[in-house]
Amino acid sequence: MSSAFTPAAQLRRLARHRARKRINAVALSLSLAAMAFGVFWLIWILVETVRLGIGGMALSVFTEMTPPPQAETGGLANAIFGSALMVALATALGTPIGIMAGVYLAEYGQRNWLGRITQFINDILLSAPSIVVGLFVYAVVVARMKSFSGFAGVLALALIVIPVVIRTTENMLSLIPNSLREAAYALGTPKWKVIWSVTLKAARAGVVTGVLLALARISGETAPLLFTALSNQFWTANLGEPMASLPVTIFKFAMSPYENWQKLAWAGVFLITLGVLGLNILARVLFKNRH
Amino acid sequence: MQADTPNLPAGEMSKLTVRSLNFYYGSFHALKNINLDIPEKKVTAFIGPSGCGKSTLLRIFNRMYELYPEQRAEGQILLDGEDLLNTKEDVSLIRAKIGMVFQKPTPFPMSIYDNIAFGVRLFETLSPSEMDDRVEWALRKAALWAEVKDKLQQSGSSLSGGQQQRLCIARGIAIKPEVLLLDEPCSALDPISTGKIEELIHELKSDYTVAIVTHNMQQAARVSDYTAYMYLGDLIEFGATSEIFMKPTRRETEDYITGRFG
Repeated sequence: MSSAFTPAAQLRRLARHRARKRINAVALSLSLAAMAFGVFWLIWILVETVRLGIGGMALSVFTEMTPPPQAETGGLANAIFGSALMVALATALGTPIGIMAGVYLAEYGQRNWLGRITQFINDILLSAPSIVVGLFVYAVVVARMKSFSGFAGVLALALIVIPVVIRTTENMLSLIPNSLREAAYALGTPKWKVIWSVTLKAARAGVVTGVLLALARISGETAPLLFTALSNQFWTANLGEPMASLPVTIFKFAMSPYENWQKLAWAGVFLITLGVLGLNILARVLFKNRH
Repeated sequence: MQADTPNLPAGEMSKLTVRSLNFYYGSFHALKNINLDIPEKKVTAFIGPSGCGKSTLLRIFNRMYELYPEQRAEGQILLDGEDLLNTKEDVSLIRAKIGMVFQKPTPFPMSIYDNIAFGVRLFETLSPSEMDDRVEWALRKAALWAEVKDKLQQSGSSLSGGQQQRLCIARGIAIKPEVLLLDEPCSALDPISTGKIEELIHELKSDYTVAIVTHNMQQAARVSDYTAYMYLGDLIEFGATSEIFMKPTRRETEDYITGRFG
């Protein structure tokens, strides 16, 4: 095929092409370097966690209570249970509220003032430091009931779950094309049924991913539990009492000078990291399967 | 009960009668005083350049525009003589009588079977075997049964684009509407799928009144009995398709059809 360009124009095009390739190579190496920088620290953190965490791992971690300083044995059973209980309850409490509010924002509140205000407040809540949430629950629940309690911890964690779930639900629903809603309306479907059976169903994977990410986030939260559930040396399933949790126990043990505590702190870090990693992977797999 | 139908030749019954219809997107006057009769059990095609208001008109017939508060219609549209714009009847019931298929296929996030059964369940309580029959009937009508009968429980989105569009047509006819609105149903499809859907439209008119918006003039000529040519919110000309394409009375129509503009 003969070129439509003169030889001089052809040369200029080649020169431009080479310049473009050089710029591409530079940009690509810069972004690779930036990625490598991030990944380097992440891997280092993971390696340290695994190295020190595995050292502290033993069956007793899951079967025995948090020990006093310099004890011979001891584990994290009460903290693991407390964390699991509070995280599960907080998710159970926050998810329906978050999903319903997200549905309201995406399907009903797009054009009215209530929707806009809720959106604005939710943005603030979403970026509020978790310690503020902890202090808030301390002031309204703990200070009034005059006792730290697992219940207060659940409430603080739920307050962190809600804005995350609201935001992801709203975002996922607004990704659903209007044509799908119209198609459902065109059959004579009432609005609640369009939302429940069509849009929410279409956004299901994204919404579940949001819940899992919120779950992952509160599993590692320390600040909101410090002022609410506090901690407990013993096993308790009573939400009216102070309750142990992994992050607070880690916080307490890691700062201590006692070797057995430090070891358990690493074991706890390892467990949380593993759990959060697992949740993230699950979220990714779920999301991918649907798209 | 029938309004007088000056636009239709003798022997045709008007299924949808449009009288002094004006439509606004906010302050934009999108349809200007439209008067039109859509004959029963015939295919009526709407042609015209983009933005002429043909899709807008179609979306008024099933009051789809009401989803958007800034859109507003004035005038009358009669379905068998009953005004459907100014009525207390629930809009869901009107939409159940006037089905619609959109430009892009929109399978619901559920199985092929449930895609069809979804709309039926809204208005009828059928036994499982009756529902099976209805689903099969709709899929056969839409010329899709042979391709999907062994995978009814698979997701609707696993089908090809052309199959998805026929699924949407099946979903629309499963609730047994009286009118079927097709808004450029083939614009996202390849020629083979388009051919299948055109054959289907031909079959459908024995039971349904069909209104189709299309950008493809050959398609309008192939599938329709009547054609309406619209331009900038006005209905320029309406008549039997053969007349519109062979000897249009208006100069604008002729220019558009012969490709001199648009």
